[in-house]
Amino acid sequence: MNAFKDAGHLFRLAAVFVAGGMAFVGVRTFLVPKSFGQYGHYRGNAMAEIAARPVNFAGHQACEDCHADILEKKKSGKHVHVNCEACHGPLAKHADDPGSIQPAKLDTAVLCVRCHEANIAKPKTFPQVVSADHSSGLPCDTCHQPHSPAITAEETTGGKK
Amino acid sequence: MNITRRHMLLLLPAAAIAWKHVLAGTPEASPNYTMSEHWWGMLIDLPNCIGCGNCVRACQTENDVPDGYFRTWVERYHVTDYDIENPRVDSPDGGKKGFPPAKEAGGKNFFVPKLCNHCADSPCTQVCPVGATFISPDGVVLVDKTYCLGCRYCVQACPYGCRFIHPKTLTAEKCTLCYHRITKGLTTACCEACPTGARQLADLKNPNDPIHEFLKTHNVQILKPYMATHSKVLYNDLDGSVR
Repeated sequence: MNAFKDAGHLFRLAAVFVAGGMAFVGVRTFLVPKSFGQYGHYRGNAMAEIAARPVNFAGHQACEDCHADILEKKKSGKHVHVNCEACHGPLAKHADDPGSIQPAKLDTAVLCVRCHEANIAKPKTFPQVVSADHSSGLPCDTCHQPHSPAITAEETTGGKK
Repeated sequence: MNITRRHMLLLLPAAAIAWKHVLAGTPEASPNYTMSEHWWGMLIDLPNCIGCGNCVRACQTENDVPDGYFRTWVERYHVTDYDIENPRVDSPDGGKKGFPPAKEAGGKNFFVPKLCNHCADSPCTQVCPVGATFISPDGVVLVDKTYCLGCRYCVQACPYGCRFIHPKTLTAEKCTLCYHRITKGLTTACCEACPTGARQLADLKNPNDPIHEFLKTHNVQILKPYMATHSKVLYNDLDGSVR
């Protein structure tokens, strides 16, 4: 026991370290969220929180469930692969409650040129027009119906809106 | 403890059930979603991109991205005939309102949509000092807003410039690959709004995903492959001048 004579201060120091270590472990278990480390060095629950965000775009499946007639019309035209919300905008609220929330009326003068205004960087095969020259100010849907844009005699509204 | 054959036979099914629970890390909001069954990426089919900016606007509304900040944006490249090393790139307001007519004629001109590359070995997650950003088991690089200190290490680390600090929350923000949508079986907002199919969500773990056929038959590249980030945003027909 001679070796431990006069070693009291070392024991006291060791005790401080042990107490400190235990306090650290205790506080750590209290502060670190339960799901931290579940999948890696991050909070596992974070993913569920991010996934819980509500959606704004309902997705074309939701549109097609009700608007089968439009889907049929689109199938005959070039816009068959253009999703509904690409033009109509985010409408998840309308899909949830079709009765009370109605989508806004669209303005073809704004919408069509977004894609079809000529630009040198657009793919050469993509149909482009210089809108100022193309229609001399007439709205696009005078001649083209957006759901099936090719010009056929019976589908044009002849300037009616 | 001695494990006899009898004990082992009892333990194995228990271990199997336990392992199933480990694998099935199902977020509460989407009970039919199993993370281990997916490995998300995106295909950018450049010859189809018309620079309409629909993706930028869709992302902004879907994710409440503040004005002047972008989780995705579209760049217009102008590669002159004799200086292909130095392409002129413009992206007015991220391409949100489309692109004005080009200033210079001639050369090679094309659009390149950009977004988080959801790298499998992402530099941004490696530098986070607190574990606030991470790659989820289904391959999406996410930010835990409640953990983020806003130290900006990740913003500097991203070789693609895809992160920013949100001006209100002062935490790191980035593309989540619409995690709240893909876990519900929907595609991302940008893919939903893309009129030409230039953006397509790709599940690289799903053998039935059309991406595999596409990869077999097209020349697909990633951005900055020399950074060895193993990016999962795949660009079809990418021009060599794109940075």
